[in-house]
Amino acid sequence: MKNMKFLTAALIISSLFIGCSKDDAPEPVNDEEVITTLTVTLVPADGGTAVILQTRDLDGDGPDAPVITTGDLTAGVTYSGSIVLLNETEDPAENITEEVEEENLEHQFFYTSTGGLDITTSDVNLDDDGNLLGTEFTLVAGAVSSGTLTFTLRHEPTKPNTGLEDARGETDISATFNVSVQ
Amino acid sequence: MRIYALLVLLFSSITTLSQNCDNSLSGKITDLHDGQLLIGVTLIIADTEQAVQTDTDGLFTFSNLCNGTYYIQISHPYCLTKGVRIKVSGNTIKNYKLEHHLEELNQITIEGSAYSEKSKTLLENSIDKNQLERFSSGSLGDALKSLSGVSSLNTGNTVVKPIINGLHSSRVVIVNNGVRMEDQEWGAEHAPNIDINSISNLTVIKGAGALQYSGDAVGGVIIAESAKVPVKDSLYGKSLMTAASNGRGSTLNSKLTKSYQNGWYATLQGTLKRFGDFEAPDYVLSNTGIFERSASFKVGFNRFDYGIEGYYSIFKNEVGILRASHLGGGGDQIRALESDIPLVIKDFTYSIDAPKQDVTHHLATIKGFKRFDNFGKLSFQYDFQRNNRLEFDIRRGDDRNKASLDLQLDTHTVLLDLNSRLTDEIEMKTGVMAGYQNNFAADTGIRRLIPDYQKYDLGVYFIVDYQLNDQLLLEAGARYDYSYMDVFKFYKTSFWESRNYDLYVPEIVVEELATQILTNPQLSFNNGSATLGANYAFDKDYTLFFNYSIASRAPNPSELFSEGLHHSASRIERGDLRFTSEVAHKVALTFQRESDQFSFSINPYINTISDFIVIEPTDVEYTLRGEFQVWEYRQTNAQLLGVDVDASYTFAKNVRLNSQFSLVKGYDRTKDTPLIGMPPVNVSNEIVYQNPEFNNIRLSLQSAYHLKQNNYPDNNFEVFIPQTGTRQTVDVSSTPEAYHLLNFNSSIDLNINQKSKLTVGLQITNLLNTSYRNYLNRLRYYADDLGRNFLLNIKINY
Repeated sequence: MKNMKFLTAALIISSLFIGCSKDDAPEPVNDEEVITTLTVTLVPADGGTAVILQTRDLDGDGPDAPVITTGDLTAGVTYSGSIVLLNETEDPAENITEEVEEENLEHQFFYTSTGGLDITTSDVNLDDDGNLLGTEFTLVAGAVSSGTLTFTLRHEPTKPNTGLEDARGETDISATFNVSVQ
Repeated sequence: MRIYALLVLLFSSITTLSQNCDNSLSGKITDLHDGQLLIGVTLIIADTEQAVQTDTDGLFTFSNLCNGTYYIQISHPYCLTKGVRIKVSGNTIKNYKLEHHLEELNQITIEGSAYSEKSKTLLENSIDKNQLERFSSGSLGDALKSLSGVSSLNTGNTVVKPIINGLHSSRVVIVNNGVRMEDQEWGAEHAPNIDINSISNLTVIKGAGALQYSGDAVGGVIIAESAKVPVKDSLYGKSLMTAASNGRGSTLNSKLTKSYQNGWYATLQGTLKRFGDFEAPDYVLSNTGIFERSASFKVGFNRFDYGIEGYYSIFKNEVGILRASHLGGGGDQIRALESDIPLVIKDFTYSIDAPKQDVTHHLATIKGFKRFDNFGKLSFQYDFQRNNRLEFDIRRGDDRNKASLDLQLDTHTVLLDLNSRLTDEIEMKTGVMAGYQNNFAADTGIRRLIPDYQKYDLGVYFIVDYQLNDQLLLEAGARYDYSYMDVFKFYKTSFWESRNYDLYVPEIVVEELATQILTNPQLSFNNGSATLGANYAFDKDYTLFFNYSIASRAPNPSELFSEGLHHSASRIERGDLRFTSEVAHKVALTFQRESDQFSFSINPYINTISDFIVIEPTDVEYTLRGEFQVWEYRQTNAQLLGVDVDASYTFAKNVRLNSQFSLVKGYDRTKDTPLIGMPPVNVSNEIVYQNPEFNNIRLSLQSAYHLKQNNYPDNNFEVFIPQTGTRQTVDVSSTPEAYHLLNFNSSIDLNINQKSKLTVGLQITNLLNTSYRNYLNRLRYYADDLGRNFLLNIKINY
């Protein structure tokens, strides 16, 4: 009988647990690390108008495709290039290039051109160990041509390497632009 | 007071005044548990030493007794001896019940007394304590897949989820010490949070027939039980140590039980498991270590007709996920697939870095039962579970050491069950269940994978079985479950609109933010389930089981609310708010022969599921990280067919051959394509030599052959490769080649003294160090499975 009393008590206590109060609506969470925007600024050595290549995907892994802005290069011109990464889901937008440069040993940008696009890149900036980092570079537009130009950011690549083929690591960014040299 | 005095006088007058000494005392002795007549019970009258035994009808008779009080000792070889006081007045008839001795009691329990109510018309496959101990350093899933028809969905070798007849995750219900596990089991890479060392018996029911546990076990039910404690004065325990070469780690487990004759008992158990990086035959599987700590405490009081028990367990598991499995988009997937070795191989280490999981599961329960004469056994249970799941991804900057996923799931459940024997032939079980669940997703700087929600459940079931005659038993049952979910979910505005939710359920919008919409979906599901079965025993050794069951499962939070990149799968996953419950109709037949010489069981089944929720690729999406395949959940009609075969043949003294064969085929009947992730055919044969007369030495050699899965859907997709400027196919569909593994197992018992026994065992898994990949390992794209492993087990029973 004592047992039954205990059971009854337990039942009542447990029903108290069940009647807990309802929580309020949760706070929104913004993705802190998502990179929404990659902007490559190519400033001609002679001081003309900069060429802007940009890919912008404000909904990240949502269904909207990135908005791509591209530009044309001028044959024979040397450009000084820089890459800026932003997280625009935050307000104000967070500059992720700074994080990449802080963790420079673990990151590297690669530039790949295809389809006969005649460009060369050089003078790539270096990480703390003297290996390539690639947030800043020099680009020389060659003869008139067109093709794609892809900027790839690898996380934890093998350094030094000879290019994407043996860089390993995982891809943080892969942005492709249709570019022509005129 | 005067009446009392009078009564005393009256009684004493009987003894003193009437010295009539030709009375008899007769009666019947039965088993307290099942009412069986007990034969050969000895009854001795104290002082006179007059003794009699019960006959074949359990009857005894003492003659030539005087009126008066006698003390009688009742004993039976398999029962606890009992002393009784009896007042004889004229010819007296008195029946007694004896309680079975502890060994007997344990056996009954394991064969299904405490859990006899599992299912009587579905074959139950069990793993006992001795077999479980061989998996001490593994996981629950590792042990379960030793059963036919059970395979596992792995994420590496430490995250192991059971698959029953081709189905897993939310479709498999796990009951741990009477508590239905609520541990975010919807996730394909969320392993059950149970320490294998805390349990003594595991039972698998391949179907939804066990309605007392749930109505939504579309795949089946797994029941983990801890050992019953005998009712006697005793202190005993065991310690088990396993050291393994692969992973260079060990497992320590100890358990101590104290019990008393008066019914009180307590058990304390703890496990510590630590492994570093595991190794494939040719390389280190970097970041695959595991660190598991768990403990449980149980205290209770047990008598035949009533009992109460409190139980608490904590399970904490930190598991590394293969570093090479963390990828960017499709381009990275191609690199991983083309490479024979993982993209990241580092030196062996014990440290566990991101990506990793760190899960803590608390389980507390209070339960009690009371048996009422002519009514039945009434059981009550309250349980509380808290699951805290942390998943760490590779992150940048300040968030480097912060979890990406931080979920806390609290579950309270109350159960009330009644088990009655209405007549000798009819047994009835009925019960109600009420539950409350609260999921809280902490802010990790990454959008919530699973939203905050509160869930209320109510269930009621009724099962009756009818023993028509000695051979035939019929079983029928029905269950109804209601569940209500109150959810707060942030949708990305772009997704909300692309799904047309703004037109479908505009009323659930609470607040519109810049890029997100806060909604408050309130979902309710009414699920019915039922079972109908028969069990026919014939020709002494043969039994035929038939079972038809209907199971209904409400969609899980992931199927409803997923929305975003799933890193460990390198794909974008999307759920659907509009899903309804899936309903499965399963017909299972088992033909079983049980004898010492030759036993077998053949178990064909067909499971037809309407509104089956499946995830499949629909598109490729561009993000800044590259191109990702989009996998969306969809409801379809599915069918699974298969057969499980077990056989065991003793072909010489102490030598036994055990064979298993499992086949399952799954189809999407709407699209007429194979279902993804179906276990391939596997055959295993094991030769066991066991000699109880020579230190119980046991040697076994097992051969396991896993065929290539040839039925799979084509989910390949194309991505742009910047280096070549071309599009290339990502082959995520092709299945690995067939493989064959040899495993060796041995053990020997050594008696230290009268009370202590030492068991030493040596195991070698993957004896030939075969390189292989397993279709059901989610990391098969990136690395080989485990290489050879030497395990040394030392167990001391005391």
